[in-house]
Amino acid sequence: MIKTTYAKGKVVAKTGNEVMAEAMRQIAPDVVAAYPITPATEIVQIFSQFVADGLVPTEFVAVESEHSAMSACIGACAAGARTMTGTSSQGLALMWEMLYIAAGLRLPLVMAVINRALSAPINIHGDQSDTMGARDAGWIQIYSENSQEAYDNMVQSTRIAEKLQLPTMITTDGFIISHCMEVVEILPDEDVKKFAGEFKPERYLLDIKRPYTLGAIDLQDYYFEHRFQLADAMNNAIPVILEVAQDFYKTFGRKYDLYEKYCMDDAEVALVIIGSAAGTAKVVVDDLRSKGVKAGLIKIRVFRPFPAKQLAADLAKLKVVAVMDRADSCSGAGAPLYTDVTAALYSNANAGLPLPKVVDYVYGLGGRDIDLDHFHEVFARLEKIKAGGPIGPVVEYINVRK
Amino acid sequence: MKAEEHKLTAKELPVGDILEAGTAVAFKTGAWRSIRPVWNAQKCIQCMICWISCPDTSIIVKDGKVTGINYDHCKGCGICAVECPKKVCAITMEAEKK
Ligand code: SF4
Ligand code: SF4
Repeated sequence: MIKTTYAKGKVVAKTGNEVMAEAMRQIAPDVVAAYPITPATEIVQIFSQFVADGLVPTEFVAVESEHSAMSACIGACAAGARTMTGTSSQGLALMWEMLYIAAGLRLPLVMAVINRALSAPINIHGDQSDTMGARDAGWIQIYSENSQEAYDNMVQSTRIAEKLQLPTMITTDGFIISHCMEVVEILPDEDVKKFAGEFKPERYLLDIKRPYTLGAIDLQDYYFEHRFQLADAMNNAIPVILEVAQDFYKTFGRKYDLYEKYCMDDAEVALVIIGSAAGTAKVVVDDLRSKGVKAGLIKIRVFRPFPAKQLAADLAKLKVVAVMDRADSCSGAGAPLYTDVTAALYSNANAGLPLPKVVDYVYGLGGRDIDLDHFHEVFARLEKIKAGGPIGPVVEYINVRK
Repeated sequence: MKAEEHKLTAKELPVGDILEAGTAVAFKTGAWRSIRPVWNAQKCIQCMICWISCPDTSIIVKDGKVTGINYDHCKGCGICAVECPKKVCAITMEAEKK
């Protein structure tokens, strides 16, 4: 349930896609170049309607593919325009080479990504394989549990991207959030505009007084330094993301962090999860708490940069952890969130903190439901492990017909 | 002896693969050439076709007139010699003397 926190906010019933388009209209980027793809189509469809109706002065570029969409966004952003787009799944996959170029050129684009399964088999429903596959592209990645978070994350997005000179993707789960009507607090246009501020790039290609070459070839003697700059920017991104969240809290009253801690103060068993299924899991945590089980949950909001240090310190207090992955990396050794969480714990263990036992669950691929019973099943296993039972297979697949 | 180039560190480099404009002037592409265009002032009718065609802006023009070739940057592609009107033939390609 969304609590109104801002006197001037307006509570409305809207879908995830509608509120993301709404945030884009309020930020009013100079350029949006996009190509439609289910379930993200509505975002750019609604936004293009805003443009057609004269509600936003954005230059809307209709392109012939997502590869072109990202290319046009790169060009626009390099020229000095605040630039946004939206996509999903195969669309993100088609943008692949351009994602790395946007990051390498340090262009602060913002992209709404509606998480959807990747083909084959073809499937239009929600899982996070698409953005998980792009996790090493040098983009900031911020995930949302519900429409309110998707909206609030979008409102914060341009400031994060522009301050860090890093492209940023804001995601929600396909259909579950993108197409579900929820109660959302929308902030007044002028307040969002003020919060987002103006895009004032240090250098931009249309600055004819200070011309420069962008994206020239870099061989053995300079490529590494440029990639180090990118890594360094990501290494130093967390304080900026927190600073924007803090200002958002001060201005609009809703608190955001790198991840949400739910019932974590005295927890012994907990889940680490991303996205909409966290809502379902919280119901189970509440239920278990009422029965005296010390259950908790951590919901990752910022996945890139990965909050490894903070997370490891919080997880070190636990006895058993289940990492819930709505994507598989087919690595034969655990899914993306699991490998990052365990790596974070191991790095932290070197600093002398204890290690909880960690198992991994891959769930919900292709939009497969995960319900209360499944989370109960996970917690029951964590309780057994806590009591000294065997861990069993480290990587499990839940609610699949094996 | 040329002073050794100072290679910028990640901190010194402009962020995001930016290179200041006009650096090609300092880069002597003429060193690659195996054949060189030789311009004949007597034959030249000043039609400017070579100047338009040269991909490396290596046709030197002063006060609206072709006055020679910039061998520091001319790569010796021969486009100017081909494009110079057949009847005029004011540019010929000759082997670069080693
Ligand atoms: S040979 Fe090629 S590069 Fe040299 S002057 Fe002629 S056209 Fe220009
Ligand atoms: S194309 Fe030939 S005739 Fe024309 S300006 Fe050049 S050298 Fe002279």
